[in-house]
Amino acid sequence: MAEDKTNARMRERPVAERIRDFEEVPLGYTAQQAVAEAKRCLQCKDPKCVKGCPVEIDIPAFIKLIAQGLPAEAASKIKETNSLPAVCGRVCPQEEQCELTCILNAKKAPIAIGSLERFAAEAESKENTEPRRSAAGSASIAVIGSGPAGLTCAGDLAKLGYQVTVFESLHVIGGVLQYGIPEFRLPKKIVDLEVQYVKSLGVKIVSDHLVDEIDGLLKEYQAVFVGSGAGLPNFLGVPGENLPGVYSANEFLFRVNMMKAYKFPEYLTPVKIGKKVAVIGAGNVAMDAARVSLRLGAEEVLIVYRRSRGEMPARREEIVRCEEEGVKFHLLTAPIALYPDQSGWVKEMECEKMELGEPDQSGRRRPITVPGSEFKLPIDTVIVAIGNSPNPLIIRRNPGVRANDRGGIIVDDRQATSLPGVFAGGDIVRGSATVISAMGDGKRAARRIDEYLRAAGQRL
Amino acid sequence: MSEILSRKSLSPNVFQITVAAPAIAAGARAGQFVVIIPATQAERIPLTIADSDQAKGTITIIFQLAGATTRLLTSLQVGEKIPHILGPLGVPSEIEKFGRVVVVGGGVGIAEIYPVVKALTAAGNEVVTIVGARNKELLIFQSELSVVSCQLLVATDDGSSGRKGFVTELLAEAIKERPVQRVIAVGPVPMMKACCDLTREAGIKTIVSLNTLMLDATGMCGVCRVKVGGENRFACVEGPDFDGHLVDFADLTSRLGTYKDLEKKADDHVCRLLRGKNG
Ligand SMILES: Cc1cc2nc3c(=O)[nH]c(=O)nc-3n(C[C@H](O)[C@H](O)[C@H](O)COP(=O)(O)OP(=O)(O)OC[C@H]3O[C@@H](n4cnc5c(N)ncnc54)[C@H](O)[C@@H]3O)c2cc1C
Ligand SMILES: Cc1cc2nc3c(=O)[nH]c(=O)nc-3n(C[C@H](O)[C@H](O)[C@H](O)COP(=O)(O)OP(=O)(O)OC[C@H]3O[C@@H](n4cnc5c(N)ncnc54)[C@H](O)[C@@H]3O)c2cc1C
Ligand code: SF4
Ligand code: SF4
Ligand code: FES
Repeated sequence: MAEDKTNARMRERPVAERIRDFEEVPLGYTAQQAVAEAKRCLQCKDPKCVKGCPVEIDIPAFIKLIAQGLPAEAASKIKETNSLPAVCGRVCPQEEQCELTCILNAKKAPIAIGSLERFAAEAESKENTEPRRSAAGSASIAVIGSGPAGLTCAGDLAKLGYQVTVFESLHVIGGVLQYGIPEFRLPKKIVDLEVQYVKSLGVKIVSDHLVDEIDGLLKEYQAVFVGSGAGLPNFLGVPGENLPGVYSANEFLFRVNMMKAYKFPEYLTPVKIGKKVAVIGAGNVAMDAARVSLRLGAEEVLIVYRRSRGEMPARREEIVRCEEEGVKFHLLTAPIALYPDQSGWVKEMECEKMELGEPDQSGRRRPITVPGSEFKLPIDTVIVAIGNSPNPLIIRRNPGVRANDRGGIIVDDRQATSLPGVFAGGDIVRGSATVISAMGDGKRAARRIDEYLRAAGQRL
Repeated sequence: MSEILSRKSLSPNVFQITVAAPAIAAGARAGQFVVIIPATQAERIPLTIADSDQAKGTITIIFQLAGATTRLLTSLQVGEKIPHILGPLGVPSEIEKFGRVVVVGGGVGIAEIYPVVKALTAAGNEVVTIVGARNKELLIFQSELSVVSCQLLVATDDGSSGRKGFVTELLAEAIKERPVQRVIAVGPVPMMKACCDLTREAGIKTIVSLNTLMLDATGMCGVCRVKVGGENRFACVEGPDFDGHLVDFADLTSRLGTYKDLEKKADDHVCRLLRGKNG
């Protein structure tokens, strides 16, 4: 039966309409769809899906509540282990996690766990949650960074009764959820609501505050969690990469998402998009940059990637949406130089063709140059999305916190750094990872901080 | 949120404001800067901490009316609050006992050098301060600088004060007069470049403070990149001070021009807004 092969797909806005604005693309389940999808779940005694979830949500339990028509209760169930369900339901790579391990995969389509999570979160966000206050007099903990790692760690510690203060250097709370992932994939209203929830747990959040030296913090706080996230973007290392018209994806997305450059000049931060845009790279960040370019009015957008389709690291779903919206893929192609026009603006990209050789350390086949295959592409905007290093600030200013040669903070299996009382997780440890792995780290760190403080006799 | 405690204009287009920012004042060192967002819709703009008073918990900023966001900043009055201010940012200037040091400031850079001159003098250096502007009216911070410098030399384009000509002439003379161990130059790009060309021949280490474009100013976006010694360096977290003899000034200038046309549009928009606000 056809129905068994697929899970219920969320309604989506049609391409012609959605590429003209920044509104969200998938529209979420109707109540009817959600209940039907939830009823497909076998309610396994030994649920394999949970093993695929980095924050260990009791998946069958929340799905059962949805099947019973109790979405708000389902949301509370999820929030026992995950403070940000509306975010995860949207941006988690579910197909590689909970949905991949769902038992139904053997015969049919797995349960659409992410879509159900999103549905539950939506139902709940319409109701008010009871604010909780942490026990006065208990130990104080400082969290550096308000991305998913920091927010999760802060929320979990507050639930345990600690006094938690989050310090965020930017003027908006949420880290990459705010400045990186675009509105049409993760509405900022949703992020704000989830932040509100973390605040309602008693967490204090201070924006516009850069933490410099951790030693200073340790005088006032009994433990510190570092979730300072992603840092400087990688560049191509080719001639012409500093020409006007060449952005890093971080810069481009920060202008548009954080500073709302798509509303220029009402918002004063400018962004310039040309007619023909080349995005270098094929991860989630590249797909986002390509789709934002279309929405800003680019006529033609290319994804230029040095490996082949099978190696593209972005989520399938996002690649599909990208293609639906008209982005073209130049695979097995690598840029080697950028050239300016008379005014100095970038106008041409020289590339060479690649082919795949032996597998490298990551297990992916290594791209090698095809001799004599150089060619030039006319373009007027280049967006480089080939990854980034961890944020440099904390490591530069705190030699006591050991880092690896890529600039990531070194932690043990329970998120402790080389400095006693200081823990870390998320992109500052892993380089570029995912929202949910950052949250998993934050969660583990919260547990470990609790143990550490109990051992030190600092807990009431 | 930081309240503006005082505000005055130093020259037709240059303003000085003092704001309450105890946490920033407590940590500020010479050569560091803040990021200011003067209104919800404004850009994040970097401005040097021209002075700070740890006891009073205040910092002083001196800025030139350059475009839309600085225009919004000029519209804020004493008692009003700056919605967002972040700092101190950037690597502090290297302050040691070098010996005889020449510090050159041009344009609004005249104010930016004040904390550096003050710190160098306190560290026991003989500081010769050279300032340059188009005319006398644009010379700011003269009394403050004269107090902390051994010698204060002035050049103006029109000769209305001090030497008629460029700061580089005074710099060449200062070097000729007696050996100089270090030069620091802060101001418009052509001025910094000219100073570097001059000291390169003389083999004197020269530090420049680069005013690249910035966005987050915390090491995330990469817009502040500039070629230094053939490599990309990031001014917000590795600067703003760099060895001027290694800086690719052409790269810097071309990147600074990226948004010229849109900056004009933004400024026109703000002018209209402010006209509406003022009736
Ligand atoms: C465009 C884009 C799309 C993505 N899409 C997906 C996706 O679809 N699915 C997915 O799972 N992942 C995605 N990711 C990756 C994911 O967003 C990150 O892995 C995740 O946000 C990391 O979380 P974090 O909490 O470690 O850090 P971040 O989210 O980077 O947050 C760190 C915060 O710390 C602040 N900070 C840094 N230093 C200091 C300091 N010294 N003092 C105070 N504050 C400081 C920063 O300003 C920032 O707000 C995407 C990333 C990008 C850029
Ligand atoms: C570390 C650092 C410290 C700075 N300190 C000071 C200071 O103490 N006082 C001060 O007046 N300015 C300072 N600047 C420059 C200041 O940030 C810019 O003047 C400001 O961003 C202009 O914003 P705007 O929106 O008003 O004008 P915009 O519309 O952005 O720009 C208007 C004009 O100024 C030019 N411009 C834009 N950004 C810069 C820049 N960063 N440097 C030079 N020219 C620029 C543009 O090319 C354009 O012609 C500093 C810059 C940096 C990077
Ligand atoms: S948080 Fe992510 S992995 Fe866990 S259940 Fe939700 S979608 Fe699946
Ligand atoms: S593995 Fe699949 S079917 Fe089993 S409980 Fe989890 S979601 Fe339901
Ligand atoms: S301003 Fe963004 S990295 Fe320097």
